[in-house]
Amino acid sequence: MSKEKVKIERQSMPHQEAAERIQNFSEVALGYNEEQALLEASRCLDCKKPTCMEGCPVEVDIPVFIKHIKAKEYQMAIDAIKMKNNLPAICGRVCPQENQCEKHCVLGKKFTPVAIGRLERFAADWEFKQPSETRENNKGKSGKKVAVVGSGPAGLTAAADLAMFGYQVTVFEALHTAGGVLVYGIPEFRLPKAIVEREIQGIKQLGVEIRTNMVVGAVNTIDELMKNGFDAVFIGTGAGLPNFMQIPGENLNGVYSANEFLTRTNLMKGYLFPEYLTPIRIGKKVAVIGAGNVAMDSARTALRLGAEESYIIYRRSDKEMPARGEEIEHAREEGVKFRLLTSPVEIIGDEKGWVKALKCQRFELGEADESGRRRPVAIPGSEYEMEMDTVVMAIGQGPNPLVPRTTPDLQLNRHGNIIADETSGQTSKKGVFAGGDIVTGAATVIQAMGAGKKAARAIHEYLSN
Amino acid sequence: MFEIIRKETLAEGIKLFEVAAPEIAKKAEPGQFIILRKDERGERIPLTIADFDRNLGILVLIFQEVGRSTKELGCMEVGDKILDLAGPLGRASEIEEYGRVVCIGGGVGIAPVYPITRALNNADNEVISIIGARSADQLILKDKMAEISHQLYIASDDGTIGQKGFVTDVLAKLLADEVKIDLIVAIGPLPMMQAVSEVSRPFGVKTTVSMNPIMVDGTGMCGACRVAVGDKTKFACVDGPEFDGHKVDWDLAIKRSRMFLAEEKQAIEHSCFGGECQCQKKK
Ligand SMILES: Cc1cc2nc3c(=O)[nH]c(=O)nc-3n(C[C@H](O)[C@H](O)[C@H](O)COP(=O)(O)OP(=O)(O)OC[C@H]3O[C@@H](n4cnc5c(N)ncnc54)[C@H](O)[C@@H]3O)c2cc1C
Ligand code: FES
Repeated sequence: MSKEKVKIERQSMPHQEAAERIQNFSEVALGYNEEQALLEASRCLDCKKPTCMEGCPVEVDIPVFIKHIKAKEYQMAIDAIKMKNNLPAICGRVCPQENQCEKHCVLGKKFTPVAIGRLERFAADWEFKQPSETRENNKGKSGKKVAVVGSGPAGLTAAADLAMFGYQVTVFEALHTAGGVLVYGIPEFRLPKAIVEREIQGIKQLGVEIRTNMVVGAVNTIDELMKNGFDAVFIGTGAGLPNFMQIPGENLNGVYSANEFLTRTNLMKGYLFPEYLTPIRIGKKVAVIGAGNVAMDSARTALRLGAEESYIIYRRSDKEMPARGEEIEHAREEGVKFRLLTSPVEIIGDEKGWVKALKCQRFELGEADESGRRRPVAIPGSEYEMEMDTVVMAIGQGPNPLVPRTTPDLQLNRHGNIIADETSGQTSKKGVFAGGDIVTGAATVIQAMGAGKKAARAIHEYLSN
Repeated sequence: MFEIIRKETLAEGIKLFEVAAPEIAKKAEPGQFIILRKDERGERIPLTIADFDRNLGILVLIFQEVGRSTKELGCMEVGDKILDLAGPLGRASEIEEYGRVVCIGGGVGIAPVYPITRALNNADNEVISIIGARSADQLILKDKMAEISHQLYIASDDGTIGQKGFVTDVLAKLLADEVKIDLIVAIGPLPMMQAVSEVSRPFGVKTTVSMNPIMVDGTGMCGACRVAVGDKTKFACVDGPEFDGHKVDWDLAIKRSRMFLAEEKQAIEHSCFGGECQCQKKK
């Protein structure tokens, strides 16, 4: 290992200070400037046998794009990324790099890994600042039509790839805005909506038609799409059905699913109420149940909406928290309080039906379970109450039943997820493919994209024969 | 974008829109609803489909101007376009030949009960309808309901039309007179639907109500529309909106409907409706 490279420290991410940022919804992480990007890129060892790519679900050629950044060939860097990843500005911001590419970085074995995600973001943001070029439009070259249901990362990726293969692609989205979780779930301060919008514009430029307000299963069915001229269908409807804990008091006023809480705030811009007409009420004390990305986003959103105290309440210990490292760190900096090894057993209401307190129980870690994580065990008699105004349930989502309910020959697993082949996305129904959270259960943006890519390739093969 | 083709004021504060939405009209069934968003700043508002014409591709929406969002909606004119409209959402009413059915509509609830009544009538049921309002000038769709009912009873709070009292008084009398009823369908304000369910409960007559809780997406994604039915929590937008009135937790439903009362007031104060509203004055 060359000495100088090791000497350069991993460049930290410039960001808004915690005290300031909890007063606004603007992006927290500001992105590297050119100097930082060059320094960070220079840390790459340019390994003979790079292992970083093994960690990338869509196989971005990481060493090559970093080499281009080093040489200030930014256009070539972004082109190299886009060979594999249509949404780099998004992935650079929200991928759990510490469990993926950066986990496999050779430099990281002894020192800290190269900040691959931040460099990816740098290249994507650089491109955004260039005058936008019109992308090649192959619309309908092949004469065949493909319908994509859902406009989250899985659907958008499949749509873009299929358009590039020359198909006429129509995306059907139930909500009034395209983007899936990227627009209704992940908050502005982590993923500015202008970035998602720009990526979607790029996909439209490829000739993809996006039809919002189209609830498939209601306004039309998969069978009707096939009958009305679509040669194949990709289903990417996500994991949109919020889970509740089934504890007493969950229907009190002031108890939200994370989806409702975040949709009111992000998609409906509740933080601008009454300028925007969708209200959101949070009171002074907010408890968020869960410790994934969704929970961190909710707890940090609560602070920005004016909560004085915002808690994360989680059954296991800090080692098991599934959120991205950076999000947990940011939440801590912002003053989110963590009550770990703790789980609610009841939500207590006042006479008008509003949340008043949360009754919790303490846990300790027992034996490891099948997943290898130590199982939390309740400590008898450890119940206690915390005063609370709002409770947000962020304990996961199941698959939305609208499409399966109206497509009886689509096989589901026992959780209601669509069964699809891992490499092709082929479902039990001819010409119908699926991918993303609707197949895997709630996962990650990059995995959903990976599934969209694979399915696009399989659909291309299917329609070429 | 969804153009308003016709507009009518049915009663003070109750408006009717015919909206061009051919794809949705083609699929609409009695009992279903749509969600619309007037403009970029708007809320997503659920409205039951009051009628539809599949051939002309038209949906009829009838709404009462209660909060700022519905007041602003009421200011839209023929030729204006609604930004977003999605549907048809929810499960359709179960239309069968039951025998003798009683269809009850209270206030603006007469609008959604109308297409269900018509479908039940077409399915060879004997239809007794009971409609009610605060007073004569608030009573909508009287003639249309008469056309599709074998018998039509009217009740008003102040006695200006029909019998003085509530729709439940009429129902209670029918039940007391041992009129055999196979199904009751009731749509209206929560306290009215609750009262109907309480009146019919001792007689064991199946009573279907249509819940209209607070909603956001209308596709099962957020859970804002939770309703407790029996010992289960249901999402009204995908599991309903119709439920068994004898099993609904009415106390909870009423409390949940008040969740954003303070914000609604604030929104009105913040708008032109708090002071001099130009668009309202025009009419
Ligand atoms: C708050 C939050 C934060 C997250 N943070 C991260 C993160 O930091 N990093 C990360 O990698 N992952 C994160 N995730 C997970 C990630 O967003 C998802 O795994 C990913 O978006 C799944 O993509 P998808 O395309 O399968 O589905 P989705 O993004 O859920 O999109 C599905 C789309 O389909 C539409 N749809 C559903 N039913 C129908 C229908 N019947 N007709 C038409 N359209 C329909 C929906 O409206 C939606 O727009 C987060 C998730 C949430 C909720
Ligand atoms: S309105 Fe969101 S789930 Fe019913």
